[in-house]
Amino acid sequence: SSAAMAALRGRALLAPLGARLRAGPRAPLRAAASAPPLYDVVVSGGGMVGSAMAAVLGHDIHFHDKKIALLEAGPRKEYDHMPDSYSNRVSSISPGSATLLSSCGAWDHVCSLRLKPFRRMQVWDACSEAMIVFEKDDLDDMGYIVENDVIMSALTKQLDAVADRVEVFYRSRAVGYTWPLPSHSCDTSPWVQVELADGCRLQTKLLIGADGHNSMVRKEAEIKNIEHQYDQSAVVATLHLSEATDNNVAWQRFLPTGPIALLPLSDTASSLVWSTSHDHASELLAMDEESFVDSINSAFWSNINHSDFIDTAGAMFRSAISLLKASGTAVRQLPPSVAEVDPESRAMFPLGMGHATEYVQHRVALIGDAAHRVHPLAGQGVNLGFGDIACLAHHLSAAAFNGSDLGSLKHLLKFETERQRHNVSLIAVTDVLKRLYSTTLTPLVLLRTWGLQATNALPPVKVRI
Amino acid sequence: QYFSGHEILGWFNDIQLSLFRLTVKRPFSTSHSSVDSKEMKKFQLLAHKWWDEEGEYAALHSMNDIRVPFIRDTLLSMSSNYHLGNPLSGIKILDVGCGGGLLSEPLGRLGASVTGIDPVEDNIRTADRHKSFDPVLAKRIQYKSSSLEEIVEESMETFDVIVASEVVEHVADLETFIKCCSQVLKPEGSLFITTINKTQLSYVLGIVVAEKIMGIVPERTHEWEKFVPPEELKRLLESNGFTVKTVNGMLYNPLSGSWSWMESTSLNYAVHAVKSGAWGQSHATDTPPETDIQQHSARAGTVP
Repeated sequence: SSAAMAALRGRALLAPLGARLRAGPRAPLRAAASAPPLYDVVVSGGGMVGSAMAAVLGHDIHFHDKKIALLEAGPRKEYDHMPDSYSNRVSSISPGSATLLSSCGAWDHVCSLRLKPFRRMQVWDACSEAMIVFEKDDLDDMGYIVENDVIMSALTKQLDAVADRVEVFYRSRAVGYTWPLPSHSCDTSPWVQVELADGCRLQTKLLIGADGHNSMVRKEAEIKNIEHQYDQSAVVATLHLSEATDNNVAWQRFLPTGPIALLPLSDTASSLVWSTSHDHASELLAMDEESFVDSINSAFWSNINHSDFIDTAGAMFRSAISLLKASGTAVRQLPPSVAEVDPESRAMFPLGMGHATEYVQHRVALIGDAAHRVHPLAGQGVNLGFGDIACLAHHLSAAAFNGSDLGSLKHLLKFETERQRHNVSLIAVTDVLKRLYSTTLTPLVLLRTWGLQATNALPPVKVRI
Repeated sequence: QYFSGHEILGWFNDIQLSLFRLTVKRPFSTSHSSVDSKEMKKFQLLAHKWWDEEGEYAALHSMNDIRVPFIRDTLLSMSSNYHLGNPLSGIKILDVGCGGGLLSEPLGRLGASVTGIDPVEDNIRTADRHKSFDPVLAKRIQYKSSSLEEIVEESMETFDVIVASEVVEHVADLETFIKCCSQVLKPEGSLFITTINKTQLSYVLGIVVAEKIMGIVPERTHEWEKFVPPEELKRLLESNGFTVKTVNGMLYNPLSGSWSWMESTSLNYAVHAVKSGAWGQSHATDTPPETDIQQHSARAGTVP
């Protein structure tokens, strides 16, 4: 009913009844006498990236008098404290992303809910002894493992804090977009029209598509997307370790079927992200809990894929390196072993890669998975999205301070150039790594073995990663 | 790099802005009958092209990237009480020769109350229509088809700021124009001018290359005689109650389509001038020099 819709939309309890007074239920504006409400920015998609975009803009001083709307198909997500069990959807948050979340005040909430910093990342090959360790010299945190729900809750709080500028429409799905004609034909509305499932309409000067890898904004804008479904699915689960440990290392082992990663959640729990073939993924989900745990331990510990030839070749290469550089190889730590899996925490989702050929058009910008989708092996996914936000917010802030039309291609193109330059190389490398590690063919294994070991020994390359 | 067809195109379009001024001979004339209808027609043809960011007015659109921050930052530096989210709030600005409103709109978005005037009705129509879609701008900006002289009587000392961007090079009587600006400006109000210098370089680019060689600008559209050297502009301003605070050269890069500041004022330049306050603090030309000396000696006498 429209009354229920009105109650769910926005936060009537928290939002001050300011200039945008919405008294009572709203009738659909299908046959509106007046034009639909005009926003400066509408963000379509209220996931981590969409919500962060709205929150960052809402906290920008130059957006003080602007109107922003966030459209989210799902319900409002906020927690005062987290349930005892961990959610199976977690993200590896880079320090840069933490800075962005800090800038809109969300990071404090994340810290007060829960997160796990990690200091070290050990990546190694199932087919050889090759290993690379990432560690920051100053023993700072390399990154943080945070449940997605925690990030969402923190962002929701910060959106509340700027409710006078940012209006959040929960349980609202956009079903259609109408694009304006080229700017010099003056007779029709120059704004983007957005139609919601309930018949309501909005207008906006800039539409930001943060609606995921199947982005409707991107499709409706007819932006060509280069995409490829990997023949892999990711299996996620929450695991309990055999013994409590200083769990501050992120582990990733490249198996021929795909990488398996263990991301620390606490001293006794870790999150699993295992990318493997669709069939194997289904098997993992179907098997009983004991077998599941055995598979995980075996994946991390077994040397079944080693061949003597490769082991020898690898060892020779290692000694060659240590002749040249004393500090070549780091100490190999042993990953923890798993004792149990949280019931109900096993899930799987298919993997793919995607990249939009354009990130922007007149009055439209794509961020996050709508613009680019990568394999989780690099742990980069959401960080790329946060990087998009930092860049776009910077350009929009400057444009607002210049009194520019926010939907103007001039500054949107600057955002596109900067981010495509950054993202394309990372996506390409991730894709290549994924393919390189999906094989047991000796020459390729040798290549990547040496490559990995050489990379491990070369500080500048490691820092770049 | 100075030889740019784009730049000339930009100037050409600036000419279209207020071609009428070539024919305004007398101040306070109240009719358009002195306007050359042939010139008006050329301009009317382009009246609908104002808002095509990549069209004939592209150079003016990109000029906003330097002229808006220039105006904004100058005004912010002179004020102590502002909010970065609404920096020009409470400031009344007159945009003379506003054309389609390319400069009025950004100033309006920054919070100012803007009055835009232009003698060509079609320009005002375009400007009005364009702002009408944005309720915030529609309220903050008022357009009027008028010359500067025509609004003087009803707008004495009304405005905090006047912007005359790409206008003074087309005015028949620059001194009268400046006097009118002074009349509608509040004491200590700011006047911002962007225009073209009168140099060999601007002759070569604006007339010879654009009109005769490349044929981008119809012949005899520009009158190089009307280009204004900064020294002369400064002189006219200062002898009419203004103090010139800033003169900056501007440069258009046709490859990138963008403007930047430069040391030299040999092509385009921008000026910020301030009207003397009520007590004549700046350039008190009416105070005889002897008075100053007397005051000095008086003060000297009182020093213990």
